[in-house]
Amino acid sequence: MKRTCTRYAFGSVVPLFAWSFLATQAARADYQLNLPRGVTETSQAVYDLHQLMLIICTVIGLIVFGVMFWAMFHHRKSRGAVPASFTHSARAEILWTAIPILILVGMAIPGTAVLIDMEDSSAADMTVKVTGYQWKWRYDYLDEGFGYFSVLDEASNRARQLNSGEDPSTVPNYLLEVDKPLVLPVGKKIKILTTASDVIHAWWVPALGWKRDAVPGFVRESWTRIKEPGIYRGQCAELCGRDHGFMPVVVHALPEPEYQAWVAEAKAEAADTPDVSREYSMAELMATGKEVYNKLCVACHQANGQGLPGAFPALAGNPLALGSLDEHVRVVMFGKAGTAMAAFGEQLNDVEMAAVVTYERNAWGNDKQRATGVASMLAPAEVQAYRDAGAP
Amino acid sequence: MHDAAVITGAHEEHHAEHPSGLKRWLFTTNHKDIGTMYLVFALAMFFVGGSMILVNRAELWEPGLQLVDPQVFNMLTTMHALVMIFGVLMPAAVGFANWMIPMMVGAPDMALPRMNNLSFWLLPFAFVLLLGTMLMPGGGPAGGWTMYPPLMLQTGAALPFVIFAVHIMGVSSVLGAINIIATILNMRAPGMTFMKLPLFVWTWLITAFLLIATMPVLAGAVTMLLTDKYFGTSFFNAAGGGDPILFQHVFWFFGHPEVYVLILPAFGIVSQILPAFSRKPLFGYTSMVYATAAIAFLSFFVWAHHMFTVGMPLAGELFFMYATMSIAVPTGVKVFNWMATMWRGSLSFETPMLFAVSFVLLFTIGGLSGLMLAITAVDFQYHDTYFVVAHFHYVLVTGTLFGLMGGAYFWLPKWTGHMYDERLGQLHFWLSVISVNVLFFPQHFLGLAGMPRRIPDYATQFTEFNQISTIGGMVFGASQLIFLYVVYKCIRGGARADDRVWEGATGLEWTLSSPPPYHSFTSAPEVR
Repeated sequence: MKRTCTRYAFGSVVPLFAWSFLATQAARADYQLNLPRGVTETSQAVYDLHQLMLIICTVIGLIVFGVMFWAMFHHRKSRGAVPASFTHSARAEILWTAIPILILVGMAIPGTAVLIDMEDSSAADMTVKVTGYQWKWRYDYLDEGFGYFSVLDEASNRARQLNSGEDPSTVPNYLLEVDKPLVLPVGKKIKILTTASDVIHAWWVPALGWKRDAVPGFVRESWTRIKEPGIYRGQCAELCGRDHGFMPVVVHALPEPEYQAWVAEAKAEAADTPDVSREYSMAELMATGKEVYNKLCVACHQANGQGLPGAFPALAGNPLALGSLDEHVRVVMFGKAGTAMAAFGEQLNDVEMAAVVTYERNAWGNDKQRATGVASMLAPAEVQAYRDAGAP
Repeated sequence: MHDAAVITGAHEEHHAEHPSGLKRWLFTTNHKDIGTMYLVFALAMFFVGGSMILVNRAELWEPGLQLVDPQVFNMLTTMHALVMIFGVLMPAAVGFANWMIPMMVGAPDMALPRMNNLSFWLLPFAFVLLLGTMLMPGGGPAGGWTMYPPLMLQTGAALPFVIFAVHIMGVSSVLGAINIIATILNMRAPGMTFMKLPLFVWTWLITAFLLIATMPVLAGAVTMLLTDKYFGTSFFNAAGGGDPILFQHVFWFFGHPEVYVLILPAFGIVSQILPAFSRKPLFGYTSMVYATAAIAFLSFFVWAHHMFTVGMPLAGELFFMYATMSIAVPTGVKVFNWMATMWRGSLSFETPMLFAVSFVLLFTIGGLSGLMLAITAVDFQYHDTYFVVAHFHYVLVTGTLFGLMGGAYFWLPKWTGHMYDERLGQLHFWLSVISVNVLFFPQHFLGLAGMPRRIPDYATQFTEFNQISTIGGMVFGASQLIFLYVVYKCIRGGARADDRVWEGATGLEWTLSSPPPYHSFTSAPEVR
């Protein structure tokens, strides 16, 4: 029996000790054991609260384990222990009701204080709206009047495909890199509004100290004030469908002057819309279309246009791509209700919209399957008319 | 209670003949047969649900996708939870209730035997529907077992089947709960007063009320999903004036008491095992009963701690934080009472005791991480990470499942009349307890380091702990085959078990022969 108990000790108590030991060690080379301290007052308050809870819980755990193991070693029948006859004790019951209540009150006081501060998003210096989409984020700078989408970077996106043959460890910041990060100034109180366009997402950057759900149809308020410039990474934290694991959040925190310079640049870029009046060649549209497709459509419909049988339809040979142009454009622009097909009208400018529709109508042999006389190409100049007509 | 003898008489005539073969199982109204079917069903589903998640753990072995598409990964995660909760833990607990409650209260059978048959036989149909959706176009449900809209509404043809399956499971649970309440209230032997009921009976009485109160709420929630999808309503659609968060409130009003539905029967089992192998009565019986009732009562006021990050008003967040923390008090009382039960006892460590002791220890870890999760401000960091995954698996695997395993070893000799193979039982325990910690403990670190749950692929810094976790998962899964063999071997034969089986066992069930007669107590036993 003694051997049994020793092994038991190994099985259960070691992890607990290991944790309390390791948690006090600094973060190791490329993985960490504990919550990050973060770079905001909030995240540091949250970290301190977490440490307090962890220590109290570890101590309580060790007491419980200690008493149990003491009993298991010393009150064993094989050591000749004779059972005592006591069955209850009002004093003990009162004691182990009252002491936990006091400990809980001790936890609740700092817990309440930190929470009240976290929920006070008033008197913010600026506001950013974060919108969750399947499966990307959109950032809108409400005070500056511009915004953009932020999607998984291409290197990660290639490597993460099923049996891609690429080694994720060679991709820098695998799954935690985007094409355009959210850029924020340090030292400013920034109000962050979260919402979503399709399903519920959750916007989370551990270094800021919190996450908040992005709920379609509702706007939630949070805030942050970043102390140090740097790049902070996070992920969507609410299951939002197939590519939930592939919509990272990246925040670049810049000192105020650099931030202002970036804003000027981003504004200019947003104002620079492509010329739709000129004529675009088929080759031009196909090239742009392929780019857009590989960024936005490939997750579901796949690079070979075969989709995923049952879940996402193939576009190769799809009646929509072979048939009426109007219907095809409307589905891409406004989505398809009751399915995972999202509305891409907002995220694509006229040239991109025309290009991706053209690409889908001509790639994967669709050009050869289409009946003669059916439109093969959408000109950028025609897109505005579809936008004006609105959702069917 | 005075009627017990009369009821007993009536039953003797009814069941003069026992059908054999398939008919025996299809038409049985016997609490032991039905209990056995529940337990066999749960064991079968345990391997189904376990295999699903082992595929995902294999996928999580290293970064990159090697085995399954993310959609399939999500489907397996969703199915794993639905199968484990509704197909394993709940049916197994009902199986124990069927077998043990009549024998513990001194009754011949359950109060409503025909309904008992119905509540079991609904289950296989529900699970054929549920598991069958995996073969449908678009695959099975992949929006998580919590079925949050609008994501769940993107499910293809599977949605109505899943919803109907949930309805059937709910009906089955409610019927089972009614039966258990009716049995406990009406079928106790003379002298078996409430405060003499074994704690397992008490915990099940309270669990049954939780089931009746909450399963219809779940049914309502999923029905609203159905009408939103097919009948043009907008309960959860903001564009139509609804609110997706409404679903979460309704769901967790069911979901949190459901957590206690899963754990309370295991509390009961452990409260039977610990005194038996400590050779000392349960410490603080009365406070154990009140603590169980307090936990059940409080479980109705804490649901929104599952949704702290949805953006509730501050007052709501504070209320649910305080309410959740307060559950730690009665839960602590139970743990301390179990410790005091073992204190200065005369302990021996046969397999049931090993499982019961590890239940107390490891459930405590799950309880303490639960307390950490209750603190709203830090929950904003923990929420929807692997820290939560680790937390609820400590509660449901090393908690509920270990409790059920302990119960199975504890009563198998009573049920079959044979002792199980103690060496194999110990092997099963040691492999399980070590591998389960290797499986779930590193997930605490993963969560704290920032790995969200329900993702099929991850950033490279999470690799080491995922690999450790996967190794633990594979060993844990394989170890359960030993249990399967132990059960099989015990049913087939083994050393004869005497009536009492365990030296320190007390209670009416141990006064019956091993295996017990077909109709447990044909005349009411004497209860002192």
